[in-house]
Amino acid sequence: MSIALMKDDLAVVFGEDVAFGGVFRCTMGLAEEFGRERVFNTPLTEQGIAGFGIGLASMGHTAIAEIQFADYIFPAFDQIVNEAAKHRFRSGSQFDVGSLTIRCPTMSVGHGGLYHSQSPEGFFLGASGLKVVIPRSPIQAKGLLLGAIRDPNPVIFMEPKILYRSAVEQVPMDDYEIPLGKAETLTRGSDLTVLTWGTPVYHCETALHMLSSPPESLAKHIPASVRSAKVELIDLRTILPWDVETVTESVRRTGRLVIVHEASRTGGVGGEIAAEIQNRCFLKLNAPVKRVTGWDTPVPMQYEKFYIPDALRILDAMVETLNY
Amino acid sequence: MGVLLWRGFDFDSVMAQCFGNYEDDCTKGKQMPVHFGSRKYHFHTISSPLATQIPQAAGVGFALKRDPARRGRNCAVVYFGEGAASEGDFHAGMLLASTVPSPTLFIARNNGFAISTPSSEQYHGDGIAARGPGYGMHTIRVDGNDVLAVLGAVREGRRLCIEEGRGVLIEAMTYRVGHHSTSDDSFAYRPRQEVEDRKRIDNPISRFRLFLESRGWWSAEDEERYKEQVKKQIMQAFKRGENLPRHELKEMFTDVYSGEEPWTITEQREELRTLLQKYGKSWEPWRSELKKYKGEGSEFMS
Ligand SMILES: Cc1ncc(C[n+]2csc(CCOP(=O)(O)OP(=O)(O)O)c2C)c(N)n1
Ligand SMILES: [Mg+2]
Repeated sequence: MSIALMKDDLAVVFGEDVAFGGVFRCTMGLAEEFGRERVFNTPLTEQGIAGFGIGLASMGHTAIAEIQFADYIFPAFDQIVNEAAKHRFRSGSQFDVGSLTIRCPTMSVGHGGLYHSQSPEGFFLGASGLKVVIPRSPIQAKGLLLGAIRDPNPVIFMEPKILYRSAVEQVPMDDYEIPLGKAETLTRGSDLTVLTWGTPVYHCETALHMLSSPPESLAKHIPASVRSAKVELIDLRTILPWDVETVTESVRRTGRLVIVHEASRTGGVGGEIAAEIQNRCFLKLNAPVKRVTGWDTPVPMQYEKFYIPDALRILDAMVETLNY
Repeated sequence: MGVLLWRGFDFDSVMAQCFGNYEDDCTKGKQMPVHFGSRKYHFHTISSPLATQIPQAAGVGFALKRDPARRGRNCAVVYFGEGAASEGDFHAGMLLASTVPSPTLFIARNNGFAISTPSSEQYHGDGIAARGPGYGMHTIRVDGNDVLAVLGAVREGRRLCIEEGRGVLIEAMTYRVGHHSTSDDSFAYRPRQEVEDRKRIDNPISRFRLFLESRGWWSAEDEERYKEQVKKQIMQAFKRGENLPRHELKEMFTDVYSGEEPWTITEQREELRTLLQKYGKSWEPWRSELKKYKGEGSEFMS
């Protein structure tokens, strides 16, 4: 954000509590560096924040708004879905809000419950005109955020909360962008594709490791035949519009797909991807597309460990899909 | 929480909710701490999204008004902070209670802060009370650190609310001496001295105590004894609540729907059952997690 503010005089950062650094400390030092006219607190109103950002962006300014938690994006849903997403379409491109980016912390860290653990990306799938991006790591977050801020479309940028505390990477100091709409293949493989985004990327990596060298206590559930399986792990990164090419190309080679997300299964992004992939890869599929997701209940605080997909659930789904 | 305690909700229930143990009837361990709720005490369950309760309270008030047994006797009461009053839902609720109208008492606690944001950044006008007349609503601003003044204002507000069958707004002025939450360090955005001064000069508890003492109704000894007694009760409830297990794991899937359970939930519960039977005994992270639930997940194991 500091780079965006430095290079673009029209850029401003605003939201609840951002001036002192934000509840997750993402805007630390920005108000001091760029002044309170460019980095400021808003009153507590998400619909206001989104609407204000839309107005600002429609005037050609770069609006970088923060919604304090993805769980609290719903008061802004009307502004985002009916206004931001449709701005260009309804005005024949006379007006657009391409310079609007809405950041929000998303997903669970194990003890947030109904209103601090949600993963609401799926709710925006029907809002054509909008982009939705979820980075998996600090390096990705910087490149994708700069990409989102400069993308000519309004972007919802959801930051997995796990990035704030436990993810560590040496992030380059300079200005760089990672293009939107492109998935990234993290490990190459030929027997199974695992597709995910955000926090579960880490659980998937653990699961891959557990598959090839299962811990003693799990050994009996992991037949020798699947241990040598070559698994391809893909981070989708942009959820809307999603990179159908990379996923299709992968599944054509592997013939198997497991999709992992934290949101509930019904209405989750996994359903959309599964439908599209079975359409494109029907004759290549050796197993049904499998989804590992949160259950179809709100996120229940004291039960989160058995609600959010973990490495073991992913491992089990991989074994089942490989053995199908 | 004061309302609940006054109505008879005990310390054990408070702790049960905060620890999310199996005695938590408020949310069955599903919500974060301090999300109380009790049908018995007519206290609608708290939810985290701010201000959503405000228009709901206008609906509750209207329901009371339509009930012949409660009309003219009861009103709805809704609490919110000065920060929450910036949400669209605040305006919606005020508007509905004043136009429909419905007997709802709106109690804004203006403690000067919404997390780090000072009230001066929530409104440029004269606080929350100034908005009442705009909605044609009887409004009073009261010193929130004066216990008896608050009591008086609420009594009168309630009387008007019920008599006229429409919304009344009360703004209680106070100052948040604590941090917003356990993950907040408020000295990052306000001077420590300011907090210390407020604690010393304008503490509602000391003010009320001094008043009682000046009347000869209370003494330093009474104070000590009472503090000791309450502290002991709270610590007892704390230790007890802390050590009780959570609800049974199967509760995760309950209370989503009433009536026939949708196949999605039925099948997903079975999916978890299969997983737990396969790994619940052998995979240490799951085994130790299961121990935290009442019955240790046994309802899934057979
Ligand atoms: C819709 C929504 N937005 C943001 C939050 C995050 N949040 C929780 S408490 C809080 C501040 C509330 O301030 P105020 O209403 O003044 O109440 P206080 O905590 O001072 O009693 C915020 C921003 C939330 N819970 N809900
Ligand atoms: Mg407040």
